[in-house]
Amino acid sequence: MFGYTFQWNQALARLPKMLDGAVVTMEVAVLSMLIGIAFAILLTLLRLSGSRPLRAIATGWVEIARNTPALFQIYMAHFGVASFGIHFSPFVSLLIGITFNNAGYLAENFRGALKAIPDTQTRAGRSLGMSQLQAFRYIILPQMLRISFLPMTNQMVWAVLMTSLGVTVGMNSDLYGVTQDLNALTFRTFELFAIAGVIFYIITKAITLSARLIAARLFRY
Amino acid sequence: MIEIQNVHKSFGHLEVLKGIDLTVEKGEVVTVIGGSGSGKSTLLTCINGLEPIDSGKILVDGVEVHAKSTNLNKLRQKIGIVFQQWNAFPHLTVLENVTLAPRKVLGMGKAEAEAIAEKQLKHVGLGDKLSTYPSRLSGGQQQRMAIARALAMSPDYMLFDEVTSALDPQLVGEVLETLKMLAEEGMTMICVTHEMAFARDVSNRVAYFHKGIMAEIGAPEQLFGDPQHPETKKFLASVR
Repeated sequence: MFGYTFQWNQALARLPKMLDGAVVTMEVAVLSMLIGIAFAILLTLLRLSGSRPLRAIATGWVEIARNTPALFQIYMAHFGVASFGIHFSPFVSLLIGITFNNAGYLAENFRGALKAIPDTQTRAGRSLGMSQLQAFRYIILPQMLRISFLPMTNQMVWAVLMTSLGVTVGMNSDLYGVTQDLNALTFRTFELFAIAGVIFYIITKAITLSARLIAARLFRY
Repeated sequence: MIEIQNVHKSFGHLEVLKGIDLTVEKGEVVTVIGGSGSGKSTLLTCINGLEPIDSGKILVDGVEVHAKSTNLNKLRQKIGIVFQQWNAFPHLTVLENVTLAPRKVLGMGKAEAEAIAEKQLKHVGLGDKLSTYPSRLSGGQQQRMAIARALAMSPDYMLFDEVTSALDPQLVGEVLETLKMLAEEGMTMICVTHEMAFARDVSNRVAYFHKGIMAEIGAPEQLFGDPQHPETKKFLASVR
């Protein structure tokens, strides 16, 4: 029992490669959040729209994103669409999968935030001559994003962690993929994944802390 | 000129306006008094097209408010409205609250919009609050900011919907003073109010609304001094 001998030096020698992987992980997470927020705003508008088909599309998106495994969503973005002859690189598939998930969760957060903003805010904007869209853009949206700021931070953390699912579609340049490949080369399984775990922890903590700093600067009202 | 012609309006089965006729001339101050549910606030939101009407016509400078061809966003630029709830935009400073519409709706440059906003905010006594957020203001100050916000669009008409009803009693005076000042400057105004002394002081004409009907309209001395309609008499006796 416990015949395993720790060899940290072998693992730590690979740290630079893993940090390169961490950069890719951050790229995927940041991109998926930026695009995800844009889509979530679009979904929110669609769900407010008068058109039943548009509302149905938006609701379907949110339902699938929130009620199926993230792994399923990433799988479909790679192997699922490949069945129809559409081939994305692992990077793109992972990005699409996580973005889809982000947009669905964020759209639901936005919906909750909208409920906290009185209708009279839009009315005040409209009575100043603004169009519906202008009132949304300049009055509702900023308040909605502010109310959803903490849930958005959570989703950002979740996006970072979801990148680890990329290995299932052949992603090997992100932190988890790099670690997996190094493990196959060196068999320092515990050491390598422990280091990867610590890096993930540091990244997500850094996100949470910097979000707090940003919030303090941004929201002075 | 605002011309209201035989306007009917229902919310579901409840008819809140039962054929209102009223013409407000340029420069005139008309106050509307009456009990809750008499339709007086609804009339204001119909005038700037926030609420549709069932029949009749409302013309503002000859433009029919509820015609399909009317560009309401354009029309609303000349009709300022201030509500009982002031609806400050909480994420914007006082100055930004006031510059938002001039910049986004009228396409004004930042400097020009700020100059106008500063002038209007000084006008309502908030010249020292420009970079403050609304949450730091009292209700009366927020309401005066809302008035400045509407004035910054240089409207030809101002509609006031019970603008002092949600205020603490000691803050009512400062807002009424602001309205008086506007009236003296010649702004065309329709004020729905429960402040009888104010109605008596500033109005050219006072209208009494009762259950969706304009029961009586006349000069303040006449309406308060010698009311004709039995409901007006009853109402005035109850508020005195």
